[in-house]
Amino acid sequence: MKNFLKFIFIFSFIFIFSTTSSIQAKESNVSLLKPNWTFNGFFGKFDRAQLQRGYQVYKEVCASCHSMSLLSYRNLAEPGGPEFSEAEVKALAAQYEIQDGPNADGEMFTRKGLPSDRFKSPYPNELASRAANGGAYPPDMSVLVKARPGEADYIYSVLMGYEEKVPANIKLEDGVYYNKYMSGNKIRMAKPLNSGGVEYADGTKATEEQMAKDVVSFLTWAAEPHLEARKKLGFKSVIYLLILTILVYLLKKKIWSRIESKV
Amino acid sequence: MSDTNNKDKTTRRDFISTVTATVGVVGVGAAVMPIVSQMNPDASVKALASIEVDISKVKEGQEITVLWRGKPVFIKRRSKEEIEKAQKVSLKDLKDPEEDKARVKNPEWLVVLGVCTHLGCVPIGGKGDFDGWFCPCHGSHYDTSGRIRLGPAPTNLEVPKYEFVGTDKIKIG
Amino acid sequence: MSEYTSKPEEKFEPVHTNKVGGSPYKGVVGWIDNRLPIIRMFRHEYLDFQVPKSLSYFWSFGGILTICLLLLILTGISLGMHYKPDAKYAFESVEKIMRDVNFGWLIRYAHMNLASFFFIAVYLHIFRGLYYGSYKEPRQLMWIIGIVIFFLMMATAFLGYTLPWGQMSYWGATVITNLFSAIPLFGESIVTWLWGDYSVGDAALNRFYVLHWLIAFLIVGVVVFHVIALHIVGSNNPSGIEPKDTRDTVTFAPYTTSKDLVGMLVFLLIFVAVMMYAPNYLGHPDNYIPANPMVTPAHIVPEWYFLPFYAILRSIPDKLMGVVAMVSSIAVLGLLPWLDFSKVRSSVFRPIWKQCVFLFVLNFFVLMYIGGAPAEGIYLLIGRIATAFWFAFFFILAPLVSLVEKPLPMPQSIHEFEDWKKQGKIKVFQFFGK
Repeated sequence: MKNFLKFIFIFSFIFIFSTTSSIQAKESNVSLLKPNWTFNGFFGKFDRAQLQRGYQVYKEVCASCHSMSLLSYRNLAEPGGPEFSEAEVKALAAQYEIQDGPNADGEMFTRKGLPSDRFKSPYPNELASRAANGGAYPPDMSVLVKARPGEADYIYSVLMGYEEKVPANIKLEDGVYYNKYMSGNKIRMAKPLNSGGVEYADGTKATEEQMAKDVVSFLTWAAEPHLEARKKLGFKSVIYLLILTILVYLLKKKIWSRIESKV
Repeated sequence: MSDTNNKDKTTRRDFISTVTATVGVVGVGAAVMPIVSQMNPDASVKALASIEVDISKVKEGQEITVLWRGKPVFIKRRSKEEIEKAQKVSLKDLKDPEEDKARVKNPEWLVVLGVCTHLGCVPIGGKGDFDGWFCPCHGSHYDTSGRIRLGPAPTNLEVPKYEFVGTDKIKIG
Repeated sequence: MSEYTSKPEEKFEPVHTNKVGGSPYKGVVGWIDNRLPIIRMFRHEYLDFQVPKSLSYFWSFGGILTICLLLLILTGISLGMHYKPDAKYAFESVEKIMRDVNFGWLIRYAHMNLASFFFIAVYLHIFRGLYYGSYKEPRQLMWIIGIVIFFLMMATAFLGYTLPWGQMSYWGATVITNLFSAIPLFGESIVTWLWGDYSVGDAALNRFYVLHWLIAFLIVGVVVFHVIALHIVGSNNPSGIEPKDTRDTVTFAPYTTSKDLVGMLVFLLIFVAVMMYAPNYLGHPDNYIPANPMVTPAHIVPEWYFLPFYAILRSIPDKLMGVVAMVSSIAVLGLLPWLDFSKVRSSVFRPIWKQCVFLFVLNFFVLMYIGGAPAEGIYLLIGRIATAFWFAFFFILAPLVSLVEKPLPMPQSIHEFEDWKKQGKIKVFQFFGK
């Protein structure tokens, strides 16, 4: 038993170490800001009010440039997320003009959004997006949190990482800003979050830090809408397997005791 | 001594085997469930399980066809003559006896699935001997209440679950 | 004039093509078993089969690999019902599985992490073979079949990874398929033939999807041969001594099956913990960026299980020789039964070879780290030394150690081995010291 545990420990250690060279963010030598996310840890959950505020920040600040084309309005009412009511989501979707068609005349037309529609994108395609943003492409945010090493911590750090004082060895081109945590330290997006930039529906004070935390939580949900279900099921599965393993181990010992006694 | 010991050992082992087997089977069942469940309609399909149709522009005597769950649905705003005709039909003349008032919530509006109950073709409106629909595939005739009057179809056109949302809309499904 | 007169003395051999019978079972079971003897075969091969009693938990990995394969196929078929192998829709269809399909997120994360755990199990399985001399006479062919399975696994994993059509899928596919251009004369046309186009794209994705399914089921077939071979030569065991009488063996059921089950459950426990709490840890964030043929990621890295071989590939400056080195680094395993000709199987009794195997494992991890690092500077130097050591292990150490090593005193049988273990005379598995 001791040998076995020793083996697992040493093996896992060596294994995790050898795979870190490709997994870690190699370019950023600065360690990221690590706030206490509600969704971290074995029992992590989302805060509904926070997700709703985060959606508000996305809608009012980010959505003018960043699409989130893999989400549908109905997702906002599904359990495990911001959990807006069905009526709220219907009203929300109806605010947008969605293209549909062709109609009986063969023409495309626009209609009021439905909950089953995907989030409306600010631009029809990537090229239009680049043309409107000086050649840079504001990435789609559907899975952005999973697409960056450091995940939520990284996005949060970038949002909070705009600094007035640019280090001497960094030359900024036109329309490029310095960011302490962005990989490469240069970013084309101007500082998006400014204190009071959004007036929260629930009255929370919209400081930069609050907005960043809220929108990153929202983005994390957007990338992983089943996070809560996964962690809950994870807990149940691990406990179940622990119990079953112990039972089977006892059974094995009982079975082998038959011959051990004969020797 | 060895005999009772062995017997004890066997019953204890049997107990552990039974408990372990039961716990194990529960686990296997729980693991197989998602594999089976994933074949059921997913969330995007279920989101389109009901649709809302704007009926504000449908004039009297007019019929529109909408697609619901992949099938056509006829929504007809019946004229007074069509309603009267439907209500006057005696039940013994019907292959699938059903009162008109059992098939509508508001007699002015008839909502039926546009799928012939014979073999599934889409019947044509405004045709046939009973002023309702006629199915060109095998010659079934439906009346102004969508009931089968002549031909091989066994039952009346199906009435889906629907409800009025205000005066302007019908929610189907 | 009759040409068919049979001579009266000519005798004809009686022929009995009807082999029905011989079943120990009665009733319906006996009726079936008499005509298709799978029931008594199952009993003979999987219940009453004699197996060395000294097997350690390192022998559970065969069963673990089978469970992994079964689960990969079940989850794979479930995913296949929703995945769209079209460059325009692939990424989106995977996200649809994650979001909308009932338990789609669970099935996808399971499939993805099972692939990684499949390789963890296979590396431990191969390590067991190296340490205990399972490749030696009479198990050479089984060992070679295992290497074939390993190649097929790598092909399936590579193809599967391209399917989500993320940045790593696309660029990994481009880099690896481009390796074939190293083949002299026909290289370029082979690559174009593989792609069905002038670059990796929709044509490649569609056929990669089909080949992923095909090779996965081919693995099942080759595994059947691997297990048939096992049933002919019998299992090895930690002593390396072949069983001689019933004091040395136990029946497969319930002894080895219950032990294997424990191993499987511990493995499943770790797998479920990783899958549920860190499902993307073993993956790469760049694969959540949709494939973009115009932008290459800063560091293209394959999945972790390919890293050691990726390191070997990159340590040779010549393109063709790099490919040759990478493929032969695995193929050379097949020569081990002849390169290591020591008559002693198990490293328990081979003090020098034991250290060599540990060094080989350490080297494997070094190569894994190097494979994930940029191919320059100190990393490249270490990678080259590690590659050299890899081949030296096979071509220099194996024969040399077989020649000069004096094995430790060995017991006469497996049951004596078990006694020695109980008396503390030998330690089967030790990291440090003898």
